Amino acid sequence: MSWQRMWAMFKARNYEFFRDKAAFGWNFLFPFLIIAGFGIIFGGRDYSGFKVGVFPAAAEKVVAAETNLPQRFIETKHLEFIGFKSLEEGLEKLRHHKIDFLLRLDSPAGEYWLLDSSPKGYIVERLFQAGLIPEGEAQGERVEVQGTQIRYIDWLFPGILAMNMMFSSLWGVGYIIVRYRKNGVLKRLKATPLTAFEYLTAQALSRIFLLMFTLVVVWIGADLLFSFRVAGSYLDLFIVFAFGSLSLTSIGLLLAARGISEEFTSGALNFIAWPMMFLSEVWFSLEGAPQWVRTFSQILPLTHLLKAARKIMNDGASLMEVSSECLVMLGVTLFCLVLGALLFSWNE
Amino acid sequence: MAIPLLEVKNLVKRYGTVNAVNGISFTISRGTCFGLLGPNGAGKTTALEVIEDIIPPTSGEILYNGAPKSPTFREDVGIQFQHTTLLNFMTVGETLLTFQKLYREVESFDYMVEICKLREILGQMNNKISGGQAQRLMLALALVNKPKLIFLDEPSTGLDPQARRYLWEIIRGIKEDGKTIVLTTHSMDEAEYLCDEIAIMDHGRIIAQGSPPQLINRYCEGGTISLPRENVVASLDDLPLPYREENGRIVIMTDKVNTGIEKLLAMKIDLSDMTVHSPDLEDVFLNLTGRKLRD
Repeated sequence: MSWQRMWAMFKARNYEFFRDKAAFGWNFLFPFLIIAGFGIIFGGRDYSGFKVGVFPAAAEKVVAAETNLPQRFIETKHLEFIGFKSLEEGLEKLRHHKIDFLLRLDSPAGEYWLLDSSPKGYIVERLFQAGLIPEGEAQGERVEVQGTQIRYIDWLFPGILAMNMMFSSLWGVGYIIVRYRKNGVLKRLKATPLTAFEYLTAQALSRIFLLMFTLVVVWIGADLLFSFRVAGSYLDLFIVFAFGSLSLTSIGLLLAARGISEEFTSGALNFIAWPMMFLSEVWFSLEGAPQWVRTFSQILPLTHLLKAARKIMNDGASLMEVSSECLVMLGVTLFCLVLGALLFSWNE
Repeated sequence: MAIPLLEVKNLVKRYGTVNAVNGISFTISRGTCFGLLGPNGAGKTTALEVIEDIIPPTSGEILYNGAPKSPTFREDVGIQFQHTTLLNFMTVGETLLTFQKLYREVESFDYMVEICKLREILGQMNNKISGGQAQRLMLALALVNKPKLIFLDEPSTGLDPQARRYLWEIIRGIKEDGKTIVLTTHSMDEAEYLCDEIAIMDHGRIIAQGSPPQLINRYCEGGTISLPRENVVASLDDLPLPYREENGRIVIMTDKVNTGIEKLLAMKIDLSDMTVHSPDLEDVFLNLTGRKLRD
């Protein structure tokens, strides 16, 4: 094994990353724009509120207090009222899931419409019915959670960073190596004393360096805007993200072990990336999802990266407390790297 | 007797039922330029890539310095492929330096730059250089490790005549420095200009081998006399020499050009616009296969 050869390949890949201005800019801009979007447009809150259509209304913007709707229903948080001129207009939106619930304003009986298949519609129906019960008859005792509340954006931020890492690892390694194989760059390198292990290691190290560099820059930029709260250690968080980038990069290397079809590779990368994005709790929690879905999510390294990062960031966990997640990520890394190195071909 | 630098014995490369290389054998002595000449699809590139260790052979033996190739073979050889893309977003100079780092023993940077005439483009990005400049850079990359043996696969393909001639001079310069070169080409000019010995390949086999003069003497005695068809008023059957019709001209093959011309004069054939052509490797290939190299 030659460190000099690995260093040469490491530098060559970094040149490519830093000099490709479009790709370089996008790597920073993409996560930053998503975070900024959530922060500015939704004020850092979860945007999954309920949309209630009302008709007949003169304009789309409706002041609920000026309607005859039950006061307790109007005061319910996370409800957004949207006005429609007619029933037909409102039903059209309801059928296409653009609103969750539709109410007639001029009906003394409180006539409403909803889609039987819509969970959100069902919930709004219950809220509406509860709003009709006179004050004081509600049951239960309200107890608020004490202490610092975690904003949605604090919960989401590690997910966005990890998602960016995943895309960057899979495409920045997997896709690039396949392209290099197709256009003969790998064949040219095969004609030198460079070994497959040296080449793959250099690619992995370069990608991890670039991922961590991007992570730090995006973190600093986003933190200046939103002041993220990190309950645990920054160093522990950095180490966890490094494990994550290692495991995700190794998946990219495994996918790039063979093949010269960029189209097939792109499809395969999407096939892996999209389920990982939805089943690893980047955007939403899987609490309450079917057991098999939650079990499946446990084999995805992104799940463990996010679990560990959120434990450190939101709950102040130490590296020891997230050691099981780190071990899974290392296991995935080892499996993919060994298999990738065994299957690797320079020109097939 | 000196051990040849490279010895290829009964080399076969099969893809499914197709024999891309079908039992070729040859030896290459130190300091010579050996050419594999043949039309596209003859198996030249496949043969070369098997010898280079890029693809595995189906069967056969390749001896380097009298022994099977060792893991250090790649330290000893320089390769220029027919189709290669260079690393993106790197300058010519950085590319040379990067490749230097891949070898234990390397050629001096200045030597490569001078011999391949790269000085004025050292700071240019790889994707901004012309085809001829890219070929010179590829050639420099093949020299980066002070190779004892250099493989050049169709080095001048796609270049304009001026760039080709420029590249040939560079390759000659490399040869004069004592390097051993193996090149493939479908250009008889290139083969004749650069090669000491040539193996003509067709359908995966070597059909003739020798130095250019040897091949011409062996397979094409005499020369050809070419006349416009309308000059030959007499019946073509009366012509005293073998001939073929080609692009409105009569091409007459003869062992002795002078005697052939005398026979034509005796038949009172108009010799205006007559051309006499000494045989070349194209004729050798034509005589051996009945086809032209570029068919």
